[in-house]
Amino acid sequence: MADPRAHIVVHALTLAYGDRVVLTDLDFSVKRGQVFIVMGPSGCGKSTVLRNLIGLDEPAKGDVFYGDVNFTRAAAGEREAILRRVGVLYQSGALWSSMTLAENVGFPLEEYTDLTRDEIRDVASLKLALVGLEGFEDYYPAEISGGMQKRAGLARAIALDPEALLLDEPSAGLDPVSSRLLDDLILQLRDSLGATIVVVTHELASIFTIGDDSIFLDPETRTVIAGGSPKDLLAHSTDARVRRFLTRGAEGDPGGRADG
Amino acid sequence: MLTLEPNIAVGRIAADGALSITLSGAWTLRSGFPSAGPIAREIATSRPRSLVFDVRDLGAWDSALVTFLRHLDALCESHQVAMRRDALPVGVQRLLALAEAVPEKPGVRRTSVHTPWIARLGTTALDLGAGSVSAVAFVGEVASATWRLMRRSARFRIGDLAVVVQECGVQALPIVTLISILVGMILAFVGAVQLTRFGAQIYVADLVAIAVVREMGCIMTGIIMAGRTGSGFAAQLGTMKVTQEIDALTTLGLPSIEFLVLPRIVALCLMMPILCVYADVLGIVGGAGVGVSMLDLTLVQYVRETVAAITLTSFATGIAKSVFFGALIAIAGCLRGMQCGKSSASVGEAATSAVVTGIVLIIAADGLFAVLLNVLGI
Repeated sequence: MADPRAHIVVHALTLAYGDRVVLTDLDFSVKRGQVFIVMGPSGCGKSTVLRNLIGLDEPAKGDVFYGDVNFTRAAAGEREAILRRVGVLYQSGALWSSMTLAENVGFPLEEYTDLTRDEIRDVASLKLALVGLEGFEDYYPAEISGGMQKRAGLARAIALDPEALLLDEPSAGLDPVSSRLLDDLILQLRDSLGATIVVVTHELASIFTIGDDSIFLDPETRTVIAGGSPKDLLAHSTDARVRRFLTRGAEGDPGGRADG
Repeated sequence: MLTLEPNIAVGRIAADGALSITLSGAWTLRSGFPSAGPIAREIATSRPRSLVFDVRDLGAWDSALVTFLRHLDALCESHQVAMRRDALPVGVQRLLALAEAVPEKPGVRRTSVHTPWIARLGTTALDLGAGSVSAVAFVGEVASATWRLMRRSARFRIGDLAVVVQECGVQALPIVTLISILVGMILAFVGAVQLTRFGAQIYVADLVAIAVVREMGCIMTGIIMAGRTGSGFAAQLGTMKVTQEIDALTTLGLPSIEFLVLPRIVALCLMMPILCVYADVLGIVGGAGVGVSMLDLTLVQYVRETVAAITLTSFATGIAKSVFFGALIAIAGCLRGMQCGKSSASVGEAATSAVVTGIVLIIAADGLFAVLLNVLGI
């Protein structure tokens, strides 16, 4: 909160499902206009962090701040106001299957703006064009491929021009070229919308391409064991677990071929 | 400046044929955006060579401005006017470039085509035909699976059967109790109003007993089970289809008919007669409640009259029908579930359609039974 550039600040956060503690003592801040990566091995609780940032799960301890506002302790109305400026892309796209793509993207606009039906349609077309889906306005989610569903989900996430964009495994399940295009898109959205982007992922290629800053979650100690620019981490981190992850197991493994 | 309404001012055409457009105020989704009408008129009348922008007084902007400019871009393209973007904010230029980065694939866009009613009628008929064929095929598969089950060569897990039996047996008791008692009471009421006029109150017991045992018990149980279990089957199997669980069974060489459909049909065929007997008893209890409390009949009289009225034939008819209804409900539910599409919306449609199909089949089969029994003199 001391840093005026900090957009999302997580303070002493402990996440748990019932009695099972998933992560403890998380402390990090996401700077405005940066791409922030939450990474770690499968099952370390990356997606849980994301769910807590947007209030889908309540933290066991600690607080999440958006700017100066304490989101965790905020009243329902205040939370809603914050969430309206946050766009979320869920792992599988989570498009509403009974609506066409244009209706999916237009739905938040219909609810939160006074635009006319035609204007909403135009804005929805723009958002779909931004993610490379021009012409697919009248398709239902079931009629398009998984990669396209993900991009359509992204179009819905940016429908209201959010200040912060949270993406849960955006490139999981995509072919290398599509996943590269999605990475480029994320960077372009950061630059043109000026949005803060939090990406939960374990795809190394994406991490190095788009990450400005990051945290590394360790499933054993259940907390953050490293942070900073992913490229710097690869160059300078001395932690065996981080090295092992960032080099796909080539280094840092006690029984491996080489030791970092 | 930031609070100003979005505004367009159309300037004059310069010597080089450039039409100057001044954009001012805040262009946000919240404030809405003005129409491109005035610019369109100016382009159509004065035919400029290019469009230049003056954005010195432009306040906050978001997708609203980009949407507007895309409109303008399309307009310029159709009139062969060059739209010069260099004066626009860098972010806007980037977004416009991004929106154009992936050109629309030809043939992708859907245009709403008006189909004449005769074509729609034909399509509907063809769909119905295809639907009936697949329904018949499904029933055939079920029949052959049942045959294999009887020859003990079907792969069938007793654990699955037990779970379904619990779902459609014990857990259905509360609703069956409520509905059966109420139906018995309603029958007694309706009968009492008519029969007391002739001083024939005692025949309320006969009316309730015969109606409940022969028809209402099995029909009401059938409709309840179509509503709660048939739709449940369709939703379960439909969701399994959406999440590819059925594909996973198929690729392992495990026929979904034997593993998923058969236990459900068997369970419902086993539970329906039991529920039907239960509904018969409670229907008579409901009727007795009304008879004893309102018609000056003693409980002993009522019970004697009831016992005398029920024949083994009518009781057995009801039970036999309930087994048959159970099979119909389960087949309708599983059929709709297996026909389910690939989205969550289609799961809902499958569940709805399972209930409708189930109830229609029950009523139709009951009519058929009535004619058949009449012809046979039972």
